[in-house]
Amino acid sequence: MELLLKIWRQANGQKKGSMVNYEVKNIEPDMSFLEMLDILNQGLIETGEEPVAFDHDCREGICGMCSLVINGSPHGPDRGTTTCQLHMRRFKSGDTIYIEPFRGTAFPVVKDLVVDRSAFDRIQQSGGYVSINTSGNTVDANAAPIPKPDADEAFNAAACIGCGACVAACKNSSAMLFVGAKVSQYSRLPQGKVEAKERVINMVKQMDKEGFGNCTNTGACEAHCPKGISLENILNLNREYLKAKIIK
Amino acid sequence: MQSSIVKKVLMALSGIFLMIFLLQHLSINLTSLIPDNGKTFNTISHFMGYNPLVQFVLQPILIFGVFFHFIMGLVLEYENRAARKQKYVYSNTRSSWISRNMIITGLVILSFLMLHFYDFWVPEIQYKYIDHGIHNSSKYFHELQEKFHGQTLRTILYCVSFILLGLHLNHGLSSSAQSVGAVKKENGRIRLLANIYSISITSGFIIVALYHYFV
Repeated sequence: MELLLKIWRQANGQKKGSMVNYEVKNIEPDMSFLEMLDILNQGLIETGEEPVAFDHDCREGICGMCSLVINGSPHGPDRGTTTCQLHMRRFKSGDTIYIEPFRGTAFPVVKDLVVDRSAFDRIQQSGGYVSINTSGNTVDANAAPIPKPDADEAFNAAACIGCGACVAACKNSSAMLFVGAKVSQYSRLPQGKVEAKERVINMVKQMDKEGFGNCTNTGACEAHCPKGISLENILNLNREYLKAKIIK
Repeated sequence: MQSSIVKKVLMALSGIFLMIFLLQHLSINLTSLIPDNGKTFNTISHFMGYNPLVQFVLQPILIFGVFFHFIMGLVLEYENRAARKQKYVYSNTRSSWISRNMIITGLVILSFLMLHFYDFWVPEIQYKYIDHGIHNSSKYFHELQEKFHGQTLRTILYCVSFILLGLHLNHGLSSSAQSVGAVKKENGRIRLLANIYSISITSGFIIVALYHYFV
């Protein structure tokens, strides 16, 4: 396969970026998208050019490290997969592929396609946890009876890998699907109910402080989420927040 | 008011309030189609125009609701634009045009409201409170006919605005339900309600405008 890549290049957060064209040849259909970028970078290194910086780690869709907006879609054209799970057979020889970083003021570009997603870490630190006594008296979580629907919903919310595709997909760069998933993950379980009020108020406060936009219910976040996190989590976030604010 | 969730809930509640008002407005307008030479329409319009509760309590609340909804919409749009200063070179989002462009349909509706106020509300205020005109309960139907009969440009402008209003309401209703915390399993019914409501409002107002244009 031969492809024309249009890749966002930006030296750092202070410099302006732009799209740069690269031609890649001898790409096998069974290669992953990231391997294709590895080959591009190998070529750039051999010619003395700066390789394209991009995030990746596990390359099996569970760590949430890879990002990239490929032809306008976060994590590429396939539904329910991350960029590292995308293969070149999804494209045809001669295609032009646009590759951009996740866009959002709260996700500033570090270099090229790498963005700083530590805003998510700070939101998580503000309340995305449960305070469990681990001094030796810990009750086995499996010993707590939990209705099956609640357990299923908590597990579904916990599938969020915090990659930030929801922010990248939303026209407002809203982080409400991520925050909704993290709040729902705990609010459905008895262990999470003790700190439920503080959690939702603090996480929403931190989310707003980070400069994410407002949710206008376009549904793009759910449609582009590689883990299929449901909009129900945003609705649950709204309910939990209002409950926490109204019932003091 | 600082919280993004509080803002979206207030936006939703003001939107729901305006949707209820629109339903009431259309119900009154549809009475102008009753073949009684405008008697029913005139009676209701006169009641709405002179009842102190409507004039001095409900009308100020409505005007506040309209201003609040538009100002909040502009504030949210400003904040949302600031949340993504660098746009994508290539965009291919999986969301509807209507949901992404509520500000455009909203601004068209705002422009339409200016025309609508100029056509009906300003002359009414002038007649009642500036010229101190006498109570004339039979003028409303005639005024309505006068504005539309043979007035091609105005009728087209109204009809186009009603279509955009319908698009705005379609996303607005389902979005409002989500903002106030509706459960997702009700999504199908909410979507159905949004479709029925938006189509009814749009077609209802268009029928009234076209009826008075032709008849």
